[in-house]
Amino acid sequence: MNIALVEYGAGNLPSVERALARLGVQSRRASSPEALADCDALILPGVGHFGALMRSLGERALVKPLQDAVSRGTPLLGICLGLQAMFATSDEAPGDVGLALFPQKVSALPPADRLPHMGWNQLRRARPSKLLEGVPQDAYFYFAHSYAALDAGEAGVAFCDHCAPFVAAIEQGNIFATQFHPEKSGPAGAQILSNFLRHAGGKG
Amino acid sequence: MSLARRIIPCLDTDGERVVKGVNFVNLRDAGDPAALAARYNIEGADELVVLDIAASRDHRPTFLETIRRVAAELAIPLTAGGGVANVDEGRAILRAGADKLTVNTAAIRNPPLLTALAAEFGSQAVVLAIDAKRVGDRWEAFVRGGSEPTGIDAVAWARQGVECGAGEILITSMDKDGTRSGFDCPLTAAISRAVSVPVIASGGADTPDTFLEVFREGRADAALAASIFHDSIQGLGALKRYLGENGVSVRQTG
Repeated sequence: MNIALVEYGAGNLPSVERALARLGVQSRRASSPEALADCDALILPGVGHFGALMRSLGERALVKPLQDAVSRGTPLLGICLGLQAMFATSDEAPGDVGLALFPQKVSALPPADRLPHMGWNQLRRARPSKLLEGVPQDAYFYFAHSYAALDAGEAGVAFCDHCAPFVAAIEQGNIFATQFHPEKSGPAGAQILSNFLRHAGGKG
Repeated sequence: MSLARRIIPCLDTDGERVVKGVNFVNLRDAGDPAALAARYNIEGADELVVLDIAASRDHRPTFLETIRRVAAELAIPLTAGGGVANVDEGRAILRAGADKLTVNTAAIRNPPLLTALAAEFGSQAVVLAIDAKRVGDRWEAFVRGGSEPTGIDAVAWARQGVECGAGEILITSMDKDGTRSGFDCPLTAAISRAVSVPVIASGGADTPDTFLEVFREGRADAALAASIFHDSIQGLGALKRYLGENGVSVRQTG
């Protein structure tokens, strides 16, 4: 299976690569429109700033190819900022446009508790999902963020509560995403990546 | 459902090997960082910190290689630091495989460094480390591995550091460090009350009781320790079970 990690000059590619390698999967990096077109599944990792991410994707002419790949049915997994980039806009970078795979926006979490939301938290499942199949209900996942999508319509399959209820996992057709870092979330995180790969493999 | 309190083993290194001592003196070898990292990853550590306490320019490539070796063993977050003085050095540490970096001396001398690091990597990747010592009725921040007083109030500095862009505070009590007499709960609580970001307590870890205290009275979000874990005086699993039984939300790892 040909798994490509979208490389845009930031993000945490090595840790995602290592997590995939532990599952026996060799991935490659894709930083050009051609490389994005030629793969069975895509992973968009991300740490940092919404505006910086979208500008980097723009400078490499990767926005349209990413949207096209999703339209063609290529499975895509967004991680952390990679989830946020799937939305139309973000409070973090007013004026910048996201990939807009979802029409909602990313909001600053209200300062009701400590921010960033940093550490291990549990999920509240909204409906069954392929991504969370076989993952214990009480499993913890590692989060590190101050912004989050509060609503993703039917695509929101799991939520987390910190400062406000927010979308922790997304699944809609071939689009998957987690606000937490599966590559940093021990065995439970490995299960999530494995579930994504299994689904992607089935398509390819 | 709530955010778990974190238990964080810390590897103090001379760049290459894990070392330990009291207040950075009488250093002795305590093992291979990658081997310890692999052990803690399995035993249920919530995060790992690796510090270069020598922090000399000559040893920096060796330390970066250590970060790479440690990161390769982990399926949990890694924080690394020691002597980071600019954005390029921060980038090198993150590229080597760390998720967050700590800054200490350079930030206190040049607080805009925190702003620059946060703008480049995001606040969630910038941990402000503060070494504090009780002086009269307040705590003073020290730099250069605790060897140099600054005259700056540690609590005020924590507040300012967060305003500048730090996303987390690692507060080490120099009075407690290496003593195994319990964390400095008043210091940790004072910092915790002063800032809105998560606070990691360090220095003085001993029995599970001392962790319970720093989570309850010290209002810590995370607690860091080194030798009690390295020397297997305290097991991570048993510690987390004890905390869970006493009503602290922790990630149990079976």
